[in-house]
Amino acid sequence: MSLYQDLKYAISDGVCYAAQGVTPEGFAAYCPRYIDGFLVTLELLLLSSALGLSIGTLVAVARVSRQRALRTAAWAWSYVFRGTPLLVQLWIVYYGLGSLGPEKLGILWPFFKSGWAVGLAVLTINTSAYIAEILRGGIGTLPPGQLEAALSCGMSRGMAMRRILLPQAFRVAWPAYGNELILLMKGSALVSTITVMDLMGQTRSVFARGYSLETYMYSAVLYALLALLLTAGLRAVEKRLRVA
Amino acid sequence: MTKTLIALALLAASPAAAEPLRIATEGAFPPFSEINANGEVVGFDIDIAKALCAKMERECEIIAMDWDGIIPGLVNDKYDAIVASMSITEERKQTVDFTNPYYSNYLVLLAKKGSGLTVDGIAQQAVGAQRASISSSWAEEQVGARGDLRLYDTLTASFTDLEAGRIDSIVSDYFPALDWLKDHPDFEVVGDRIDIGDQIGIAVRKDDAELRDALNVALEGIVADGTYGQISTGYFGTDIH
Amino acid sequence: MELLGFGAEGWGDDLLRGAALTVQLAVVSLAIGLTFGMVLALAKLSRFAPLRWLAQGYTLFIRGVPEFLILLLAFFGTEKAVAAGAALLGLEGGIEVPKFAAAVGGLSAIFAAYGCEVIRGAWLAVPNGQIEAGHSVGLSRWQIFYRIRLPQLWRIALPGLGNLWLVMLKDTSLAAVLAIDELLRVAKVAGEVTRQPLMFLLAAGAIYLLLTAISDKMRASFEARANRGMAR
Repeated sequence: MSLYQDLKYAISDGVCYAAQGVTPEGFAAYCPRYIDGFLVTLELLLLSSALGLSIGTLVAVARVSRQRALRTAAWAWSYVFRGTPLLVQLWIVYYGLGSLGPEKLGILWPFFKSGWAVGLAVLTINTSAYIAEILRGGIGTLPPGQLEAALSCGMSRGMAMRRILLPQAFRVAWPAYGNELILLMKGSALVSTITVMDLMGQTRSVFARGYSLETYMYSAVLYALLALLLTAGLRAVEKRLRVA
Repeated sequence: MTKTLIALALLAASPAAAEPLRIATEGAFPPFSEINANGEVVGFDIDIAKALCAKMERECEIIAMDWDGIIPGLVNDKYDAIVASMSITEERKQTVDFTNPYYSNYLVLLAKKGSGLTVDGIAQQAVGAQRASISSSWAEEQVGARGDLRLYDTLTASFTDLEAGRIDSIVSDYFPALDWLKDHPDFEVVGDRIDIGDQIGIAVRKDDAELRDALNVALEGIVADGTYGQISTGYFGTDIH
Repeated sequence: MELLGFGAEGWGDDLLRGAALTVQLAVVSLAIGLTFGMVLALAKLSRFAPLRWLAQGYTLFIRGVPEFLILLLAFFGTEKAVAAGAALLGLEGGIEVPKFAAAVGGLSAIFAAYGCEVIRGAWLAVPNGQIEAGHSVGLSRWQIFYRIRLPQLWRIALPGLGNLWLVMLKDTSLAAVLAIDELLRVAKVAGEVTRQPLMFLLAAGAIYLLLTAISDKMRASFEARANRGMAR
């Protein structure tokens, strides 16, 4: 077991030890499982949102590119991944592409082998499509004179994008991005259908032991708590953006 | 007058005897239940269910459910009985009632031939099982809550992942494993089959003793008149009762 | 490829039936969700504070909890709730909530939580002056609602509701995990039986894409209709 894994287990044991007595009995009995799962959910969320933001930005820039092929490719990216359900995307990659097996997938197999890696990749791609759309909308709200002014000052298109347009687009798009982050968190629960033991996966395991609805309620509270934390964090950033 | 009305209402609310018996099964547990190319559920469990209905002279409706929700569905009156190779366990007995067993089940560990795995060593590698099954709870005991146990919504999905090499082994019920091994000669049962005293019964609601008793009588009936043996031989070449 | 055909061996007809069920699920949930969303929006606009808090709490909860979890809760929970309600009314057992109804319950509960915000926003966007004008020409409250507020509310809320419709259309796929034979579940089963999961899942993906594309077109034409007579 890796050090990182041990650390995660230590955290959840610690949390559960501290929460003893103040949490309901039905929760306390399986507490480490919920928190183990919670940490996996958190980890997937942080990684996929960071990666998705980078890819989404690239796609958004491609959408306003002067090259038609690039524009079309970026449009198709957003269209396909926003037009199909996340669950379908997860199953296409895990059960569909994965069924081709190690012989056909070759060096890609270690990726397809892992439910966690597939989950992370699909969540990343899915959120990148939405982020690209949000950012494109943000860029669209800026007056076209800004780009012209930047170009006439001798900036390259790339530099104008990085220095002038994107920072403003981010500020405009921030609230919408916040919504997308919450949606991503909720969507991440679907990785439990491809064997990942995230919060939802653990919850379903615990549910199978006693068929008690409580199980789902505890998990719902944990998810709602995470959503509240995210919302608070996003608000704080938004305030700073406004001051700047 | 009011009293008559209430009585009428009660009559209307209680299910008439002519109503078909609703039986849930799974549909992804070959050869006990699977969906054929025409989209129908077929298999040993379905044949047994139909034989029981014939014996009880009742019309039957077979409903395919997902395993995860099959007990809650029974409790909530979505159907009246579960004939889905369900193990009789203490945990489940707190929620539902069971008939007498209709066959005995064993668990097996399946892995690639020559993998060198042992039953005692499963905690060291990725092992799969069906979510919410007797296999998964046994596997969980072996590997611990934090072992690399992958849970699948269907047994079929776990077979697929074993074949693809995503997992090193799976814990499965004995007869479905034998059935699967027929088409997958590269795989084998690791060690001996595992006898955990597992008995397979038909689940009914706790307040439905009437149905449980009727099913028990019918079960005895189809065993005695040879119907059971005939069905079993058709699937397994032997009587598994 | 023959596997996608319509004969006894093909799964094409099953896929189409699945797609039809998907659309049914979404349409029924839309109707119920919209009604419930309207009620929630009115609760949020109410002068009675506890009603506002209740509505607020509800939307906060639904928006923070995964759709998957809500569907599972609806699936395993509605029956208990219905049974408890029936017991209160003195009815004995035997009230059945089919899988389909549970899924509709879950989906419309989600739709309502998001929809009420859109409706509330649109409600507030109708200028107060128009309402006052309505009063001053002697229209009744109902007439003001029906003649002045509703037509404009509809126009303003349409784009937002259209988005939510697309979200819900995709969320119907979660019903696959509840063993409801909608599009995705049919594709998964077909893939397992024929051992061609990639082909069937891709086919399902293509059908979802088609459904969202059609929805988008319909939304555009609805919006054009609602906006007729408006200056651009």
